Parts: sequence; structure tokens; C-alpha cells
Amino acid sequence: MGRTLAEKIWDDHVVRSAAGEPDLLFIDLHLIHEVTSPQAFDGLRLSGRQVRRPDLTLATEDHNIPTTDLDKPIADPVSRTQVETLRRNAEEFGVRLHPMGDIDQGIVHVVGPQLGLTQPGMTIVCGDSHTSTHGAFGSIAFGIGTSEVEHVLATQSLSQARPKMMAVEVTGDLPAGSTAKDLILALIAQETTGGGQGYIVEYRGEAIRKLSMEARMTICNMSIEWGAKAGLIAPDQTTYDYIQGRAHAPQGDAWDEAVAYWDSLGTDDDAHFDKVVTLDASQVTPFVTWGTNPGQGVPLSATVPVPDEIEDANEKVAAERALEYMGLTAGTPMRDIAIDTVFIGSCTNGRMEDLRVVADILKDRKVDPSTRVLVVPGSVRVRLQAEEEGLDLVFKEAGAEWRGAGCSMCLGMNPDTLTPGERSASTSNRNFEGRQGKGGRTHLVSPEVAAATAVLGHLASPADLPETVTAGV
Amino acid sequence: MDKFTSHTGVAAPLRRSNVDTDQIIPAVYLKRVTRSGFEDGLFAAWRNDPEFVLNQPAYAQASVLIAGPDFGTGSSREHAVWALQNYGFKVVISSRFGDIFRGNSGKAGLLAAQVDEKVVNALWEHVEANPGAQVTVDLESRTVGAGEGVDRIEDSFTIDDYTRWRLLEGLDDIAITLSHEDSIAEYESRRLAFKPATQ
Repeated sequence: MGRTLAEKIWDDHVVRSAAGEPDLLFIDLHLIHEVTSPQAFDGLRLSGRQVRRPDLTLATEDHNIPTTDLDKPIADPVSRTQVETLRRNAEEFGVRLHPMGDIDQGIVHVVGPQLGLTQPGMTIVCGDSHTSTHGAFGSIAFGIGTSEVEHVLATQSLSQARPKMMAVEVTGDLPAGSTAKDLILALIAQETTGGGQGYIVEYRGEAIRKLSMEARMTICNMSIEWGAKAGLIAPDQTTYDYIQGRAHAPQGDAWDEAVAYWDSLGTDDDAHFDKVVTLDASQVTPFVTWGTNPGQGVPLSATVPVPDEIEDANEKVAAERALEYMGLTAGTPMRDIAIDTVFIGSCTNGRMEDLRVVADILKDRKVDPSTRVLVVPGSVRVRLQAEEEGLDLVFKEAGAEWRGAGCSMCLGMNPDTLTPGERSASTSNRNFEGRQGKGGRTHLVSPEVAAATAVLGHLASPADLPETVTAGV
Repeated sequence: MDKFTSHTGVAAPLRRSNVDTDQIIPAVYLKRVTRSGFEDGLFAAWRNDPEFVLNQPAYAQASVLIAGPDFGTGSSREHAVWALQNYGFKVVISSRFGDIFRGNSGKAGLLAAQVDEKVVNALWEHVEANPGAQVTVDLESRTVGAGEGVDRIEDSFTIDDYTRWRLLEGLDDIAITLSHEDSIAEYESRRLAFKPATQ
């Protein structure tokens, strides 16, 4: 019988397999950041172990990094200690690090693909659940805890039970005005936050094939938000075009050899998936969340759900709690929800295409005077590229703040946070209670919805915007 | 890691579903570079509420947490496991766990016992009717038990064989893997040459 894409990659990485034990998998790339690594390096020191493969390890600083005053030391002493600890560990163990101020610094999941280190057919791990992002290239990529970070540092391998296989068949075409972010938010709402649990998920179908690499990264990034072990997309010409020429891409004969291998990885026609779910892309419209988990979402054109109409008892109680936390009334049209802060950035939507589409919408427009708008590039190179294209001027002219690269307001760990009760429209990936700051209220949206919301001051899509004066000129 | 065979302790009912790791410990508490001292961040947003279950005297010594479905979803932060352990928890019982959280628990020595949803409901009712009641979680027999006589609750929980064995023996995962170092070296010798390197 044939094998799936994920099964082929898995099989090619088995170091050791024994009955009653998880497989021992070789890890091709281990990405590291400052938050989940200090205790792992400490563990190595305590047991007198070394990093087995520094040449397959890359570190960057992202979670704690401020996005303003980049020329000054980090003001928060605890954040500074964590970043300095990473620097000491990287030096002691010979790990390549891109620190603040380095041209290749940025969010770990933006940096890997950008450098060409993320390639098809690899196993990629990082002490960060959004490692699933790298699955967009046709790799098995997943987040791990700090004990596992230590394990990979010491052994370049990881014990893993083989997950089940799921196919997400995305049929039809995304309508104009709908995006990859809308698609994945709609899928999570359909399947709920636990729906992918225990599975490696392959996103398939014409709509997926037509997506750019950056849009595929947005999809795979949020695999963890519906509980999947990993999410991936078969590599194709779009993938190869993105990789070719990047710093760590294979060259010459090695490129041809690599492409031949990558071409062999696609799921066989007679492969078996343990589960198949379908989503009709043609029905996807701008999608936003109303609650406190990524599965609590509705189309922008809908209203805040009524908990009493929810059948499942747990879901109903969760909805009641969420509405209370979010300060929302059941039945309110989503478009009527006023937004204090718009955050555009993160490993979900902090790449060039995201910034370009936001700039297109903000050009010749002003952000609503009562709305704070942060535009945060995912990496220093994204920032520089955006500035080369003049996007920073568009953002600033519109009244948005143009920041330095980092995780920023995605997670409330650096100075960019919401205050209690403050409401955001955010292109990030989690709307958990307090995720963006204690008491903060998050609505997850696409970059397009974020930009339109910035202009109107309430949740909106670009279709809601009046024409600009210069439009059509 | 200490061996885990069986634990009996006061059980606290956490009647919430989808308790993600940001709820277990918010990001602002993740800045320590040690494995200890995270107890202050445990359920930080809820601890100010006097009604919150862990603020009730009956559960002050709780070491078993009985949580709703999808406990530990979201972020990969192992700090969530450490915060629970630093606070004094030895076991979390739920009908469904986030994958990474369950994995982290197994590595760090916190027992994540997966039971049927009806068992969670029965345990909730039992400990709420008898605040401060103890629950026994036996890893050898894979059972949870509470109460006596006709009200006795006893049921099985799920945990994968390998994690159970490691917890029972208190084994260091890295040492186990390094005992297969020759297999790793052999794999490295036949790895595809075009794979990227960082240096």
C-alpha cells in the first residue's frame, strides 16, 4: 500500500524502531529561542553533555524582544537576563545565534524559511508550538517542551510515537477577498480546538495548491490551534521557487538531487488516511473570532453566538465564560464591535505578503483616530524589504506605528501588551484569556480585516471601506 | 526523575474546559531561567478571585487536579508543567490533554491521567460533595479511585505504555537514547548529503 507524505518523511528519519517503544527520529533542524532553552542548556551542563550537532541548530531572539528603542538594552531586567542567558549558552555550546541587532534576527519561524534552512522532507523541531509553520514546505515540524529541547540538543533525535494521519481536503477555490487566514480560522471553528489531536494533518486540494508559500505558512502555523501534532503541505514548484537561491538552499547538482527527492515525497494515490475532513473553500468569507479559543469564530458577517443555542454542555459553558471575559453581548453583529488596538505581525501573518496587502489597504487612508495600530515585521529582513518598498511610509502616513522585528503583541511577554479590557483585532494565532496582556480581549483576524478595521475602528473587511480619493487615478 | 508508582492526595475540581497553557501560566511569568519558582504564575489570572478553587481552604493542600476536557492546549511551554509541580500537584486528571502538554508531563514526572468524561464528572461531584476528599491514582494498575462503599468511584485511566514504564522506573530519557548512540551515528553516516546545515 502507498504511503502519505508524512509517513514517507517519518520513515526516512527513523533511527531506531522497536516493538512497544516510540520510534527514535533523527532531527534535521533544531531551532531555539530564549524562552524555552535556558533550562535545557542547564540540564546539559549538569550532566556534562554537549550539543551533538551545533551544525543543525540555530538560535534567535524573539519572544522578549522590544520593538522600539532597539538601540537600548532591554529595559526589563528579567527579560534581559533570559536573552543574555541564551547568548551565553550559544557561545558556550557553539550554537549559531542571531541576536538583536543582527540582520537575520527575527521570529524563529520567519527566520528559518527566509534563510532557506526550511526545506521539504525534513524533521524540524523547536521549543515553540508554532513550529508547525515549517510544514508548509512539506516537512514534519512540531513544537516540543524544554525536556525535549535538551534531548534534541544532546542526541539530535527525539522519541516519538507515530501519530495517526489525517487529510484535510480543501475543495473549490477561495473567493476573492477571502484569505488563507480566513480558511484556517473557518477550519478550526469547524473542527474545534481538539479536532486534530493525535494526527499529523496534510492540507490538500486545489485551493491549497494555489496558495503562495507565505499563505501556506499561515495555514500550517495554526495547525496546533486545532490540536494537530503537525500540519504539512506537499512540496511543489511553488515551494521550489521559494527556496531556490536562498542562503542555505542546495546548489548545482545538489539542487537537482534535492528536487528529485522532494518530488518523490508526495502522498501516493493508494495511501491511507485514518481520517479525512473536507472544507469547501468557495464558502469561506472573512472570518473572525469572538471568544477565547481559536475555535470560537464566525464569519465577519455573522453575530456573536447565543450560548443557549449551543447544544454541547461544555461548549455552552465555555461560550458563556468567553462572552463574559470578552465583554460581548450575544446577538451583536461582529461588525459593530469597536476595536482599540490593531496588531499586524507574528509568525502567522508577519511576512512580506501580509505587509504588502496591509499597505495596499492603508494607502491614501487614515487609521481611525481612536485606534492604535502596530505593524510589526516578522524579521529584520522583512523590515528592511518593506522599507525598500516604501511600505513603512504608507503605514506611518496612515497613522500606524512601524516597529522593529519580534513576537511583539502576539503573546504579552515583551513591552507590547494590551491593558485590562483593551480590545484588539490581531493577525496572530491565539485569543486565549490574557494572551496579549492581562485582561486583554483578542479577536483573531486576517491582515486584510486588520487593515480595514484599523481604518474604520470596528471589525470590518476591505469591502466595507469607502473608495479612497485617489482610487482609480 | 523520581519514580512514580501511586499517589493519594487531596483533589481540586477545576470545572473548566480548554484550559490552555497561557491560562496555566501566562507568558509574563516565563522569564525565569531555572526550573523552579513558577508556582506564583500558576493560574495567575484566576488566583485573585477568592472563589477560585485553589483559594478555598479545603483544597489548600491539593496535589491532584481534576480538569475539564482539552487541558493544556496551546503553547509548548513546559513551564506549565513546572508551575503545576512547583505548586504541589503530582497528577492532573482530564478527559483530553493537549499533545505537547501530555508529552511534557511525561518527561517532567507529572502524571497526566486521561479518563472518560463521565469519570471526570463523577470525581468532580465526589470532591465537591466532600471538600478535601482524597483521590488515589495508581500508575501500576492504571486506576483512579475515590470514596468508599456504595459511593466508591473506581475506573481506569489511559497512559501510553512507554511513558508509564519510564515514570514507574524514574528513567532519564536522554540516558535511554544515548544507550543507542551507535544507531544515531549509523543514521548520520547515511543521511542525505544535500540537507542544510547552519554552520
